Amino acid sequence: MSWIIARRRRPVAGYAVVLLGLIAVGAIYAAFSAQGNPASASSPAASQRDTTLGRQLFVQNCSSCHGFMAQGTNTGPSLIGVGAAAVNFQVSTGRMPLKEIDAEAPRKPPVLNPTQTREIAAYIASLGGGPAIPAPEQVSTKGADVGLGQEMFSTNCAQCHNFVGAGGALTQGKYAPALTQSTPTQIYEAMLTGPEAMPVFNDTTITPSEKRDIIAYVTETRSSPNPGGFSLGRIGPVTEGLVGWIGGIGALVLLAVWITAKRRVQG
Amino acid sequence: MSSTDGYTGDVPPGGPEAGETEASRTPHRVIGTPPPAEERTLLGTTQSEAPARPPRELPADPDDLAGASRAEKIVAALFILAMLAGIGFIAAYIGLPVGTGVDAVLRSNLALGISMAVAFLALGVGAVIWVRRLMPDVELTEARKPLASSEADRKAFAETFREGAEASQFVKRPILRRTLIAATLPLVVAPIVLLRDMGPLPGTKLRYTVWRKGLRLVISDTGRPIKPADFDSPGGMITVIPEGFQDNDNALVKATVIIIKFEPGEIEYPTNKKWVVDNIVAYSKICTHVGCPVALYEQTTHHILCPCHQSTFDAPRGAQVLFGPANRPLPQLPMGVNSEGYLVALSDFKVPVGPAFWERG
Amino acid sequence: MTSTNEAPAGTAGEGPVEKVLEGTGTFLDDRLHAAKGTRTLLKKVFPDHWTFLLGEIALYSFIILLLTGTFLTLFFKPSMSPVTYHGTYVRLDGVRMSEAYASTLNISFDIRGGLLMRQIHHWAADLFMAAIFVHMIRIFFTGAYRKPRELNWLIGIVLFTLGMLEGLFGYSLPDDLLSGAGLRILEGVLLGIPIVGTYLSFFLFGGQFPGNDIVPRLYIIHVLLIPGLLLALITAHLFLMFHQKHTQMPGKGRTDKNVVGQPLYPYFMAKTGAFFFFVFGVLALLGCLAQINPVWLYGPYNPVAMSSDSQPDFYMGMLEGALRIFPNWAWNIAGHTISWNVLIPALVPLGLLFTGAALWPFLERWITGDQREHHVNDRPRNAATRTAIGIAVITWYGVMWLEGANDVIAEHFDISLYTTTEIARYAVFIGPVIAYILTKRICLGLQRKDAQTLLHGYETGIIQMRPNGEYVELHAPVPEEERAELEARMTAPVPLEAGAQGEDSVPDPALRGPVGKLRLALNRVVTESVPLPVGNGHGTNGHGNGHDGNGHGTGVAGEPERAAVTSGEGGKTLLGHDDPEDPGGH
Repeated sequence: MSWIIARRRRPVAGYAVVLLGLIAVGAIYAAFSAQGNPASASSPAASQRDTTLGRQLFVQNCSSCHGFMAQGTNTGPSLIGVGAAAVNFQVSTGRMPLKEIDAEAPRKPPVLNPTQTREIAAYIASLGGGPAIPAPEQVSTKGADVGLGQEMFSTNCAQCHNFVGAGGALTQGKYAPALTQSTPTQIYEAMLTGPEAMPVFNDTTITPSEKRDIIAYVTETRSSPNPGGFSLGRIGPVTEGLVGWIGGIGALVLLAVWITAKRRVQG
Repeated sequence: MSSTDGYTGDVPPGGPEAGETEASRTPHRVIGTPPPAEERTLLGTTQSEAPARPPRELPADPDDLAGASRAEKIVAALFILAMLAGIGFIAAYIGLPVGTGVDAVLRSNLALGISMAVAFLALGVGAVIWVRRLMPDVELTEARKPLASSEADRKAFAETFREGAEASQFVKRPILRRTLIAATLPLVVAPIVLLRDMGPLPGTKLRYTVWRKGLRLVISDTGRPIKPADFDSPGGMITVIPEGFQDNDNALVKATVIIIKFEPGEIEYPTNKKWVVDNIVAYSKICTHVGCPVALYEQTTHHILCPCHQSTFDAPRGAQVLFGPANRPLPQLPMGVNSEGYLVALSDFKVPVGPAFWERG
Repeated sequence: MTSTNEAPAGTAGEGPVEKVLEGTGTFLDDRLHAAKGTRTLLKKVFPDHWTFLLGEIALYSFIILLLTGTFLTLFFKPSMSPVTYHGTYVRLDGVRMSEAYASTLNISFDIRGGLLMRQIHHWAADLFMAAIFVHMIRIFFTGAYRKPRELNWLIGIVLFTLGMLEGLFGYSLPDDLLSGAGLRILEGVLLGIPIVGTYLSFFLFGGQFPGNDIVPRLYIIHVLLIPGLLLALITAHLFLMFHQKHTQMPGKGRTDKNVVGQPLYPYFMAKTGAFFFFVFGVLALLGCLAQINPVWLYGPYNPVAMSSDSQPDFYMGMLEGALRIFPNWAWNIAGHTISWNVLIPALVPLGLLFTGAALWPFLERWITGDQREHHVNDRPRNAATRTAIGIAVITWYGVMWLEGANDVIAEHFDISLYTTTEIARYAVFIGPVIAYILTKRICLGLQRKDAQTLLHGYETGIIQMRPNGEYVELHAPVPEEERAELEARMTAPVPLEAGAQGEDSVPDPALRGPVGKLRLALNRVVTESVPLPVGNGHGTNGHGNGHDGNGHGTGVAGEPERAAVTSGEGGKTLLGHDDPEDPGGH
């Protein structure tokens, strides 16, 4: 301790404090921004009871923007014909009910639990059909061809979502979200229904088997370790350059200052 | 200052300079500029009993000998650490295999990298402490000679050069000179000519793609042909390529196409409606700026955005440029259906695809 | 080599080591006549400042690039022939890729130390370029490019360019999606060149893009041709630095006629050796803790595919930003297209930068009329215009650099994508102007502060009460060391004489005509500075000489009054207020 205090007026002390501060901020940020576990959604078949309960939930949570009969208003589009899959996606990712009108609805902790989500989905499906919630075996990645998934993801998805699904910018404040928290069901549903700005990839252009391959690619890649060290976000050379300048040149400049520092004669 | 070797760090064996004191006659002081206060060592008084040794330019030992022996222990410990880390590197190389998957590579990479880093950094830190604490502190002054040579030297050089030029007859005999230059010119040009076969001439290749009348549009990577009924979801978009060219990169880099499905009534001029099938439009996927694939389609705004430099194209209206550095709209592929109902091209693109070039017109 | 550096023979016993050394020395000297020259080399004095080590970062990164690069060449296959992958990285199993890409996966996942060598190699390339940036900036701001070092400055610019190309070609070798897209952009830019563009593109790629030739061609350029050029130029660069001796920072006893520091042997050798270990160590840390260029995540190059967050390595970022920032201008004349939207961003900013940088030493000489040799560096504040121009250029470069990452910035800082480009389009013009003005004024302010410090000394915090009840703060004089630094301004450019103001003298020929008048005008701008106080001994003396009776500064003896006007004070004293005499601080 006295060793530190004795050197508090050295020029290097200032650098050391700044460095400690940066490390502390980085560590705290990393600790607090850890991603949570993706939620899993179950999707049993809809029933009449679901539809009725769903109607009640719809009226309570959704009708103010989407209209009493889901016909749409100024603030929310019509939901007739969007299908159970779309509803399941939007509600299970917490995007709906929407908190504030922005360029895009962000993912947030879901307000309604899986049962309620299923019920609303059943109600909306009853209004005008549309894509159904995929069954668990439809989204299971067992035996999937990850290589084909990589190729198709790269061709159809990476230009928005980035090569591993780390997200990307769109115009006017929109963005393609990172896929780190999406469940297989949600990924399937997103491809199928094309939420917000995302285009629709129906089951005849990308078959269910191919969708499973893509899901396998996304889920396996996001959980695979980074053999080279910290991933730096997996967004390419921008963060690499930052780390190289701040970490690499910064460290070497500090060492250069040390090497060439004038010796203080003790006593 | 002597001019023969330019270095005046030597202390003259004779008496002191005028005005300097006893203390400044110590061997490791330098003539010319007294070093700053912190550099003055304390050994001045103790060094005076030195016997008839030649004057030193560098002191043998640092001032703080106690601190030096402490530092020596630290440096030695660091060097031993570096040695252990180096051995650790070799052990990690031998002991940690790769080739079984990503985890193995992670372990091996981390172990090898950390041991290598520790070895080098410990060596470096030890070396620096060695210099700072174990070597005596000196500040020496060396004279700079003016870089320009003396007038005499320059004159002599000019004379030698002139004499040689005269003796060589180069200046006096213009025929020799000119024919020499003429002889070497083709040899200089020849290496450039040798590069001609590096590639074929462009000809008209950039104007055309492989699309032909009747060639089916198939989905990229899976090769499935498409019927309009398969692509019946408004807001849908998919990348398609000409059938049979999946593995032909040279063809795909110009021939890749995106097809977009619209709601009825959304497609407007200047999209060519004769090339639209069932509200499905086909545009070249190759950006007209510098050629990146441009498939970022926003379903809500109907904008096609290129991720490279953000050129934006208006899909319902002939892919006209809305923003960004691209100057031309994405070419529209003339599309129809064949007798089996599959989407086919009616012909090649009517304009060259991709980046503009001089002969494009 | 006779033992001039050691104790005379006989006083210390000659052990076996000494015998071997003497034997080797004699052997070499008999053949090379090396004793005197080597001794001079060993005693060569190297000045010490941390900024002098920035070039060493580049040098040692280059050596590490050579070492790690050689390792990589033992395993890399520079071929674009397609293969189907069935290797260790199972997520790409069955995927069609080039041999180059497959061999890169092999190096990363199947060769022990392979990934480490790949990552150190790439980090070293980034560090090499970053070090060249900071080194070049240091040289510029300290004026170390002035005579006699203009040649070295020019060599440095060539090294910079070669380094950029070397890095670009190097990271294009694995033929992954990101670098392949970069090559496609390069091809698109080539195509845009008028008249010869299509030919250039076809010759470089051996036909249409991507063809089969580009990776093997870039390979040989990357491992042989450019490294050879770099090695030769780096050697020339270092030799020139040795021969002309390194510059030194202003300080006590440091003049243009000497060099003050520590000798090569053993001090500088030890320090530079230590720094080499540091560079290697930091690179090794980066190579195992920070993942770089994870080509297995990008996937192989596929002309049909594209990713967002596509950027080149940082040193190409300015070009990328230039391409993004530019409006979509193009001309179509008589069947020919001139793509200004591609040509101007690709050629003009970097062309201006390199040409301007290359001409700058000579331009500055012309403006200042300063033909002297300079071996003492300037403090940036003392060359206010130069520093301001440097910061303005950095700002201009920086705006385009940031624009190159605009989609990443838009996504992570929640700014609308188009807005980033629109802001950049204005900032690229307005930013440098503001930067120039701000920097120049800050530099002049710092000069003023230095002059005040020289004149009045430092405040000691000791308050003294005078007999008449007045309180004054005692000032301590500036210590010797610092005085030398603050006075270093003496080597600043000397203003050109405007020639005769009267009718019967002839103006200097160099200053006649429109060019001469331009030169004069620029000279006034460049030499605008705060003059040093005259006769500045210790605190109180300054008032006798530096101020006339009214407390106005008389400036440096002989300095025209113009200086007072041009620094914008308009008649007010340069050295501040009419402060009370402070008796303290002798």
